[in-house]
Amino acid sequence: MHELSICNSLVSQVTKVAQSHHASAVTHIYLNVGLLSGVEPQLLQQAFPFASAETLADNAELHISMEPLEVRCLECFQTSKVTMQNLSCSHCQSWKTQLLSGDELTLARVELKIDED
Amino acid sequence: MCITCGCSPSKHSASKKKVVDVFEKVLSNNDSLAARNRLILDQHNILCFNLMSSPGSGKTSLLEVTIEQLKDQYRIAVIEGDLETENDAKRIRDKGVPAIQIVTGSACHLEADMVFSALQKLDLPAIDLLFIENVGNLVCPASFDLGHHQNITLLSTTEGDDKPAKYPVMFRAADICVFTKTDLLDYLDDFDVHQAEINLRQLANTAPCIPLSTRQPQSMKAWFDLLVQTKLQHQQKLKQQKTFLPKMQKEGKTLHKETHYEPTSTVLA
Repeated sequence: MHELSICNSLVSQVTKVAQSHHASAVTHIYLNVGLLSGVEPQLLQQAFPFASAETLADNAELHISMEPLEVRCLECFQTSKVTMQNLSCSHCQSWKTQLLSGDELTLARVELKIDED
Repeated sequence: MCITCGCSPSKHSASKKKVVDVFEKVLSNNDSLAARNRLILDQHNILCFNLMSSPGSGKTSLLEVTIEQLKDQYRIAVIEGDLETENDAKRIRDKGVPAIQIVTGSACHLEADMVFSALQKLDLPAIDLLFIENVGNLVCPASFDLGHHQNITLLSTTEGDDKPAKYPVMFRAADICVFTKTDLLDYLDDFDVHQAEINLRQLANTAPCIPLSTRQPQSMKAWFDLLVQTKLQHQQKLKQQKTFLPKMQKEGKTLHKETHYEPTSTVLA
């Protein structure tokens, strides 16, 4: 269960963003998570309230967008959608492929509440 | 006028919404600490491996035999990560090399800041090769860069040859894959070295696969040779102001933004 460590990291990251914009709260957090990132979205959702309690991100809504697995073949140069267990090229079956998307764990966007005087 | 309910500003202050695009790796803090560790290691000419596997697959035994073989050639040190006990560090110290035990308590993996603290306790100028034995776990350690140079993932024959398919995140991160306990192959019907390698290749991983048994000295040569060769390659890279990066440094399209190490005083405290 390393998702709590990841949530702690996320909370400190969004808190920094909120502070730099003089926000009073973080209301929405948008994450891009790849299937091969090693992170379970459900566990992230469960861990988030514990990590964000009593921070600017307390009660923020966590939106997780799962990124598909896509590779580019280094032999036939075509791209294909693949599964976690088999990243081989679906055109020529070569296993010499490069991941184009699917291992990201990225903070894409935050929505902040900014109080006006 | 308040934009929410139309009341006068004197009644309560209004607030507005602001959307900020960030596009930053969630673990960028760990990654910059890891980059600093790697810089420290490179400055001391230390090649550092991160050993990962499930519990009981033979990480400590592999280290014991490796130290026995290479300790006259290289000055070796070990950082041990375990949930509890100093048992593994004691086994390493019995071989005559320094070992720092990190007891993680309930944490299921090592992180870069823990390794940084351990590096403070080692006599870095007196080390050529550093092994970090991560917490026995085929899931969590794969997500955290520690500042090492290469990942060594162990798979013991008793675990079955389909582990790379079951734990793709871990096995995709392997720079070197070691199949341990091959002396048991005759007794097992669910491990075929060739099939294990195919399962690894299906993860688009080109890492060398080394089958070995620490009980059979004749099976260890390829492993020792690879370590010696990797050490030479690292020295050559350093001469060109380059270094090794472990495979877990992500390749995904949204992550082209590099993280930079910024010195902070908080992590030194």
